[in-house]
Amino acid sequence: MKIHEYQAKAILARHGVPVPRGEVAFSAEEAGAIARRLGGGVTVVKAQIHAGGRGKGGGVKVVKDAAAAEATAAQMIGMTLVTHQTGPEGRKVERLLVEEGVKIAKELYLGLLVDRAAGCPVLMASAEGGMDIEEVAEHNPDAIKKVAISPITGLTGFQARQLAFGIGLAPEHVNKAVKVMQQIYETFVATDASLIEINPLIVTESGDVMALDAKVTFDDNALYKHQEFRDLRDLAEEDPLEIEASKFSLNYIRLDGTIGCMVNGAGLAMATMDIIKLAGGQPANFLDVGGGANAEQIKNAFRILMSDTNVKAVLINIFGGILRCDVLAAGVIAAVKELGVPVPIVIRMEGTNVEQGKAMLRESGLNFTTADGMGDAADRVVALSR
Amino acid sequence: MAVLIDKSTRLIVQGLTGREGTFHAKAAAAYGTNVVGGVTPGKGGTDHEGFAVFNTVADAVAKTGANASVIFVPPPFAADAIMEATDAGLDLIVCITEGIPVLDTMKALHFMKGKKSRLIGPNCPGLITAGQAKAGIIPGHICTEGRVGIVSKSGTLTYEAIHQLTKLGLGQTTCIGIGGDPLIGTSFIDALELFATDPQTEAVVMIGEIGGSAEQEAAAWIQAHFKKPVVGFIAGQTAPPGRRMGHAGAIISGGKGTADEKMTALAAAGVTVVKSPADIGAAIASRL
Repeated sequence: MKIHEYQAKAILARHGVPVPRGEVAFSAEEAGAIARRLGGGVTVVKAQIHAGGRGKGGGVKVVKDAAAAEATAAQMIGMTLVTHQTGPEGRKVERLLVEEGVKIAKELYLGLLVDRAAGCPVLMASAEGGMDIEEVAEHNPDAIKKVAISPITGLTGFQARQLAFGIGLAPEHVNKAVKVMQQIYETFVATDASLIEINPLIVTESGDVMALDAKVTFDDNALYKHQEFRDLRDLAEEDPLEIEASKFSLNYIRLDGTIGCMVNGAGLAMATMDIIKLAGGQPANFLDVGGGANAEQIKNAFRILMSDTNVKAVLINIFGGILRCDVLAAGVIAAVKELGVPVPIVIRMEGTNVEQGKAMLRESGLNFTTADGMGDAADRVVALSR
Repeated sequence: MAVLIDKSTRLIVQGLTGREGTFHAKAAAAYGTNVVGGVTPGKGGTDHEGFAVFNTVADAVAKTGANASVIFVPPPFAADAIMEATDAGLDLIVCITEGIPVLDTMKALHFMKGKKSRLIGPNCPGLITAGQAKAGIIPGHICTEGRVGIVSKSGTLTYEAIHQLTKLGLGQTTCIGIGGDPLIGTSFIDALELFATDPQTEAVVMIGEIGGSAEQEAAAWIQAHFKKPVVGFIAGQTAPPGRRMGHAGAIISGGKGTADEKMTALAAAGVTVVKSPADIGAAIASRL
């Protein structure tokens, strides 16, 4: 689960990480009032969307006083912000973080995540703060220093010092940086985060170490431990169809093609998208109905698929292991009768009770195309979508 | 022969009395697996659908001589179940549970270091040795005894490969679902090492997906060490970056973990890489 920068900073601050003073605003008036509360001097107004690259897209402005903060906020609220991570359609800005301006002496990078190959959390640091870390990794990989963290000891002092000295911090700033790194690791463990990225971590002109930006992503699988994070979810950042699908335990991701897919299993669902593309079509979605789908879920899956008006044909690809083909066929027939699906449907199924399922589809009187194997199914659905 | 599990395996089911545990314990026994009992804390000493129930894994091992376990307990308790099975000294632990927090899996894997147990999964369909035994949810009736090993991150896509091999009359030795989580107990390389020394396995199907670099590491290992033919497929060639495609581990992040880089690495290592999942069986046939 992704959260906004202001929410991430509040969580980090609770674990002791210094952040600039600031508050969230939902209107220009609120933004002005916050800027005045902060002292009315140099203020930073930052658009809050779940995507990086906000600065380049015009979503971060430094202004000289509270009046300017309010005027800037008036322009930003409601604007569509396009960054390299939002796609061309961009995101509508509805929340702003209004912060006091801070005098920056040095910008650094910190990133903490679970490294798959190492099998443990790895903390990364770089002196090239404020830069896109992926670009640094590509062009100057030696600039990124890493330590692997034992789940027994946590981030040790010597490891944090290795990083701090490794990225060229002056001795008088090292202890403060070490403390911040350890607080960030504590936050990571306490919140079951999957990623914490501080870009930039700054040294101020007065010698303080502070998180000027913050990105925290939680492990979805661990949210059951953290009821307090549920309120941090911003539904405006998510696709309405994906939210609807999640209510029925359907794993749906909207894409921009014309062929809707309904599949059981994540790997097979990805492979179905791939084979549609190979056959010359474009998948409209990823949809995994899971291993034990029932008739109700299949009906809802159809409804969600068909709410995407780009869909010109549907491919159902099911390998029945636990999910029996006759149960699937009954669900599909009921859904099509009830919803009146107006586009061609190609069904490929295999596995438990497949002959029974195929007979039910044939005898339903509905216009299904049945296919033999995934390749045949993809060819047929692509032809029918044209 | 085959690997990891066979007729001599003595299997217990952790979470036996739950819906999934019961269903799959019966299916495993019906397939011929020697299911010697199950564990549900608090229900020890009872009988469940003909299986003896124990309170702890240690009890079950002492009374039944179990050497393997399959875990069907809910996510909040699954990492603990893995550690309990490890502590009881089982050779093989298969964790089917999907949705374990990654930091919990990390602790369980750390606990296992230096101990003899091997973990398959979590978030996997388990494994099956055709015609002998199974631990997990792979349907037995689609398998036939044969010549090809399968190692895969995906469940239903594994069934697809099994089905193609069965239709072509090639059959399978052991099919291992290693799981779709970011941290797992048995890697592609671990599974390939087992297949390398199994005389019955003549070729291997390897099914990967976007995310991480396990396939690239396997490619390097295959090039250096693995002599049998390998056919590879990578799911997610059309997946958008930054989106988690169902499995917790299936995500292209920071431009890394794409299907392209994995396919290129495997092809360079001499693996026959198929673009279409429909071509897996035929590609194996052409390599045998």
